[in-house]
Amino acid sequence: MTLETMADGPEGAATLSGPGRSLTSSRGAKVDIAFRFALYASGILVLVVIGAIMVQLFFGGLPALLAFGFEFFTSTEWDPVSDQYGAGVMLYGTLVTSVLALLFSVPASLGIAFFLTEVAPIPTRKPIGIAVQLLAAVPSIIYGMWGFFVVAPIMKEYVQPILIDGLSWLPVIGYIFAGPAKGTGIFTTSLILALMILPFMTSMYVEVLESVPGVIKEASYGVGSTTWEVFTTVSVPYGRTAIIGATMLGLGRALGETMAVAFVVGNAARISTSIFASGATISSQLANNFNESLPGSLLQASLLELGFALFVISFLVLALARYLVRSRLQG
Amino acid sequence: MITKFAGSCRALALSLGVIGCAATAMPAMAVDFTGAGATFPAPAYTAWAAEYKAKAGSSLNYQAIGSGGGQTQIINRTVDFGASDAPVPEEKLVANKLLQFPTVIGSVVPIVNLDGVKADEIKLSATVLADIYLGKVTKWNDKAIADLNAGVKLPDLAILPVYRADGSGTTYVFTTYLADVSADWKGKVGANTAVKWPVGDGAKGNDGVAGTVKNTKGAIGYVEYVYAAANALTTTQLQNKAGKFVGPTVEGFKAAASAADWDHSKNFAASMINTAGDTAWPIVSATFILLPKDPKDAAASAEVMKFFNWAYTSGDELADKLHYIALPKDVKDRVRAAWAAEIKDASGAPIFK
Repeated sequence: MTLETMADGPEGAATLSGPGRSLTSSRGAKVDIAFRFALYASGILVLVVIGAIMVQLFFGGLPALLAFGFEFFTSTEWDPVSDQYGAGVMLYGTLVTSVLALLFSVPASLGIAFFLTEVAPIPTRKPIGIAVQLLAAVPSIIYGMWGFFVVAPIMKEYVQPILIDGLSWLPVIGYIFAGPAKGTGIFTTSLILALMILPFMTSMYVEVLESVPGVIKEASYGVGSTTWEVFTTVSVPYGRTAIIGATMLGLGRALGETMAVAFVVGNAARISTSIFASGATISSQLANNFNESLPGSLLQASLLELGFALFVISFLVLALARYLVRSRLQG
Repeated sequence: MITKFAGSCRALALSLGVIGCAATAMPAMAVDFTGAGATFPAPAYTAWAAEYKAKAGSSLNYQAIGSGGGQTQIINRTVDFGASDAPVPEEKLVANKLLQFPTVIGSVVPIVNLDGVKADEIKLSATVLADIYLGKVTKWNDKAIADLNAGVKLPDLAILPVYRADGSGTTYVFTTYLADVSADWKGKVGANTAVKWPVGDGAKGNDGVAGTVKNTKGAIGYVEYVYAAANALTTTQLQNKAGKFVGPTVEGFKAAASAADWDHSKNFAASMINTAGDTAWPIVSATFILLPKDPKDAAASAEVMKFFNWAYTSGDELADKLHYIALPKDVKDRVRAAWAAEIKDASGAPIFK
């Protein structure tokens, strides 16, 4: 999406300065000044809103930080009865579900993107592309309910028993796949998240792969490369930085996803070594607990601090993504 | 509000020549009033409000935003009354000049998903229920459960305890019960609208808990009786304080309500958890309204009390239909007396007559 806006930039500028007639009249000049002012205002508004959110979250969460210190971010205790709160479980849950989601969705998105740009017959590209985009139009809550009522029972009955039987005996890493098949939990959450960020990442990848100059690909085919070789030695290396950036943007989305996660993650404030166990993410914890938290309470301060932590993590991930995508576009 | 309504009515009548407008304004004192809070009694309040509007003309705008939100809003006086499932502590009521009174009684029931087990077939004792949620009893064929259920075929199946992931009055009532019956629970977990659950899965809302239990063989959960009854869920029997096993029935809830010690309770926060009596269901609790003692808008406050007075007098049948339990008559009278004595307008005169 951001790439599109960037691409639109120069054209938009061209049309603005093109018909210079209106600029010569004084009325046109006034309108233009007003227009410029409005543009500056909307630009500044974004900064003000972001800044205000950050300040609000920081000061809202400050009581929790003062009460628990930096241990807040490592403690795995979340006990509303004794008013002890720590972000450890949620930070863990957020990172694990998001990273697993990337593991599932990067290969799938990259595959779809390469298929759409290189392999798919031209007439089918548009329908498939639109179908992928439509996935992005499905509201989060629908993914949540579908995950809870449809995917979770299927996972519990068919998928998880096979994975648990097949993998939990493995030495060293077996414990990751141990435990009862419940359907909901970290693993199912990651799958749903992967599906949710797939359309976004696919469209970014398509843009990256389309930016690979045809000459290079043709040259590669010309010296006898197979499609697989073009994919691995030309397309992916050429767009590497932008692909990583696009992946980061996908990660940013997965980190903050709320409603769908709250449905399927199991909502347990515990860290478990098994990926089939229940957990909690920052956003699911916020969604579940904010309604009943009283203003001024340590619980609400802790929730706001959680929000602040998520904000900072997302900010860093997106900043890194931006940096990578931008350097690629300029280079 | 009244003048605004009358004004718009006149304007409407003038511009369109509508006569019907006068008719809708007929109950001369129509005052719209607002409330916010607990989700559990929301169906009852909404049903009452609809009937009350037809009768008295005033309409209630009730927002079921959760007990915590209800408390916040009434403390900030952004609504005419707040509603909370858990009783508010004495100091907080005094500090914010609030009168607390109960409206209806509800109960919490365990629900299970076991093949071939019918509603109210499984018997659970208080200790076993607490041990399940503590993670000490982990299989349905555990001796502790089997001993209580001679004749029922219990599978060799893991128990998945399911709880409310969102803070809720239901959890408050359920954990208060567990803390009351199990010293272990009281020491390790405690009671609150949300607690640190040692085992199990969390789901959002009564529907989330019911859905998770339905999805998972061997799961056990707890929901409001209202919700279980409306959706015909597989409930269980529980052992009450008298040692008898009882199913969740309206008679059992009523027995618990009448056994509560209303005489010695402050702010009507009488505990109906684990009361004595052979037929009493052990997990019963009232839901409360919070009303400012110094209302900014005396007319709206009067309307709130008129509404609940009407509900006390003529709303029992409607509440019954929705599976809520009406308050005992003498409790209602005490609430009326409290309204007359404690809610005063700016001049210090009582608002409720």
